[in-house]
Amino acid sequence: MLEIKNLNASINNREILKGLNISIKPGELHAIMGPNGSGKSTLANVLSGKEGYKISGELNYLGKSLNEISIDERAQKGIFLAFQYPTEIPGVNTSNFLRTSLNKVRKAQGKKEIDALSFLKLVKEKSDELGMDEKMLTRQLNVGFSGGEKKKNEILQMKILDPSLIILDETDSGLDIDALKIVADGVNSARDKKKSFLVITHYQRLLNFIKPDFVHVLADGKIVKSGTKELAMELEKTGYKGIN
Amino acid sequence: MSKQNTNIPQDYKYGFTTDIDNIKAPKGLSEETIKFISKIKKEPKWMLDWRLKAFNRLKVSKEPNWQKPKYPKINYQDLYYYSAPKSMKDKPKSLDEVDPKLIETYNKLGIPLNEQKKLSGVAVDAVFDSVSVATTFKDELTKKGIIFCPISEAIQKHPDLVKKYLGSVIPISDHYFATLNSAVFTDGSFVYIPPNTRCPMELSTYFRINAAETGQFERTLIIADKGSYVSYLEGCTAPMRDENQLHAANVELIALDDAEIKYSTVQNWYPGDKDGVGGIYNFVTKRGACRGKNSKISWTQVETGSAITWKYPSCILQGDNSVGEFYSIAITNNHQKADTGTKMIHLGKNTKSKIISKGISAGKADNTYRGLVDIGRKASNSRNYTQCDSLLMGNKCGAHTVPYIKNKNSTSTIEHEATTSKINEDQLFYCNQRGLNQEEAVSLIVNGFCKDVLQQLPMEFAVEAQKLVGISLEGSVG
Repeated sequence: MLEIKNLNASINNREILKGLNISIKPGELHAIMGPNGSGKSTLANVLSGKEGYKISGELNYLGKSLNEISIDERAQKGIFLAFQYPTEIPGVNTSNFLRTSLNKVRKAQGKKEIDALSFLKLVKEKSDELGMDEKMLTRQLNVGFSGGEKKKNEILQMKILDPSLIILDETDSGLDIDALKIVADGVNSARDKKKSFLVITHYQRLLNFIKPDFVHVLADGKIVKSGTKELAMELEKTGYKGIN
Repeated sequence: MSKQNTNIPQDYKYGFTTDIDNIKAPKGLSEETIKFISKIKKEPKWMLDWRLKAFNRLKVSKEPNWQKPKYPKINYQDLYYYSAPKSMKDKPKSLDEVDPKLIETYNKLGIPLNEQKKLSGVAVDAVFDSVSVATTFKDELTKKGIIFCPISEAIQKHPDLVKKYLGSVIPISDHYFATLNSAVFTDGSFVYIPPNTRCPMELSTYFRINAAETGQFERTLIIADKGSYVSYLEGCTAPMRDENQLHAANVELIALDDAEIKYSTVQNWYPGDKDGVGGIYNFVTKRGACRGKNSKISWTQVETGSAITWKYPSCILQGDNSVGEFYSIAITNNHQKADTGTKMIHLGKNTKSKIISKGISAGKADNTYRGLVDIGRKASNSRNYTQCDSLLMGNKCGAHTVPYIKNKNSTSTIEHEATTSKINEDQLFYCNQRGLNQEEAVSLIVNGFCKDVLQQLPMEFAVEAQKLVGISLEGSVG
């Protein structure tokens, strides 16, 4: 699914990622943990194609290089980033936005645009699964949403767009325990053999609810240790300092 | 004939020219020109006298120069003041007699005039350079006593109404361009809604400039009698040329007791090319009088075209409890300039006004909101709310807000809110990450920014306007 080899990324001449390697197979869920400033969000941005970074190394997705592929094309090819801070877009209806987005993805896959009725049905089904009030979709995109609502909205979009590679960037930050459970349930229900997940988190807490196949520790722009979920438990005890 | 400008991206899809034989007035501004126009329009003497009075006033009037966008001196002797397709000389009696080239032009603009194809629920008056080509749904409106016709026809057929109201909101002596228009106006629409009548459809005029070196001076007069309602929309386009063309229109609205007029504009005159060559000078005077008690006038404008837009659709709130509204979107890209806003003059008691202005600047454009709220001594318990938001794209454009606020009545209140923001990188990234490309993302975000104004447009036109917002900003980011 995703093959990252010797990835270096810098912004404004400051090196952030320094030779990062990861390989994720279909169906796997990898967690990346690391202290503040270790390059976690940069990794999420670089994978989604955000501009402004100077990049070297290999980034292969579904066997093809992602170099030269724009953000929107990556999204259409099934890369989804659940944002740490989903941005507010005033005046834009959440439901219309989601439908526009879904139709862009469908079009790229050679499918017909979804009609209004089927879309409503799909939204109802997915928001029910998440135990969400679909009325949220009649509001302006993320405007006045609580932290929890914003994150739930990200997970709902993920479920509706049905991407192949899902990057969760600190989705657990700012969530109370109930919202955390809803988000985790959403992720768990979306897991299948074809999808891969890259879960970026600062705390081990989320991994009590989402069981990773692999855990990597990111420090100073590199993976310094990899293991299974026991590694996360260990980190919880010793802290990131214990790893170095 | 000036050459067609070929050095432009094809994003202005209305830039074509219709090749048609014209009758023109002698070049230049003179008494002869005015007599020519009056004669060819078969006007009564009182109308010619009115024009000549304006012309005499013009001789002692000076062009204003306080606005922000400056322009090279206009040589008024180098313009044609009347241009009409030859085939329109002997007024065609029905659409079958109208030159097919003209019908085709309007088809290309998306305004079919044929009986079979005409827009459902919208009556259209199509004005081509200096004449009205056709007016649809006339018979149906006549049954209700509604008059919707070219103003040149109204001058002949309804002289009492025209005499009573023409120039009653914008006097001949108002200012240079209004005076110029009064002297040389050629065509435009006339609307009269009888008492207690709700106009059953949208009325719409589509203005098209075609001929080169020609100014368009249209005049629109709308009267809503007691207890009536009308919604009116104007649209405008012009060919792409590398000269600047002048469009100086006067629009007067009169609302009597309990009447309501909703006036919407989607202005898409040719804006000039990306280096600022060519484009229309859109110097327009629009003013509405809420003359009766409980009357209401609402202006909605979407201004995306023109090299320079310079206009302030205004409301004079004379009647007690009358309401004035102004909703505006002004988009300027490349080298376009806009200085636009409104004037709300509160004279009656308990009068209310609301101003919502959204200015968007991109490229090297400059966008100014200029507005006056004036609450008179006798306008007790009056209220104004103003909200001006500016959105900047890139770092070479400008946005300015210039509010003039006068309150002479201690029981009245005025609120003014203003914001200026840049298009947000995070918003663009978010949209891109959901599969929208840069242009789609910009269009979505800007449409969201303009939503409060867009939702004021009649439904038939809101979708078109949304698309226009996106198209006007193509290539402005990234």
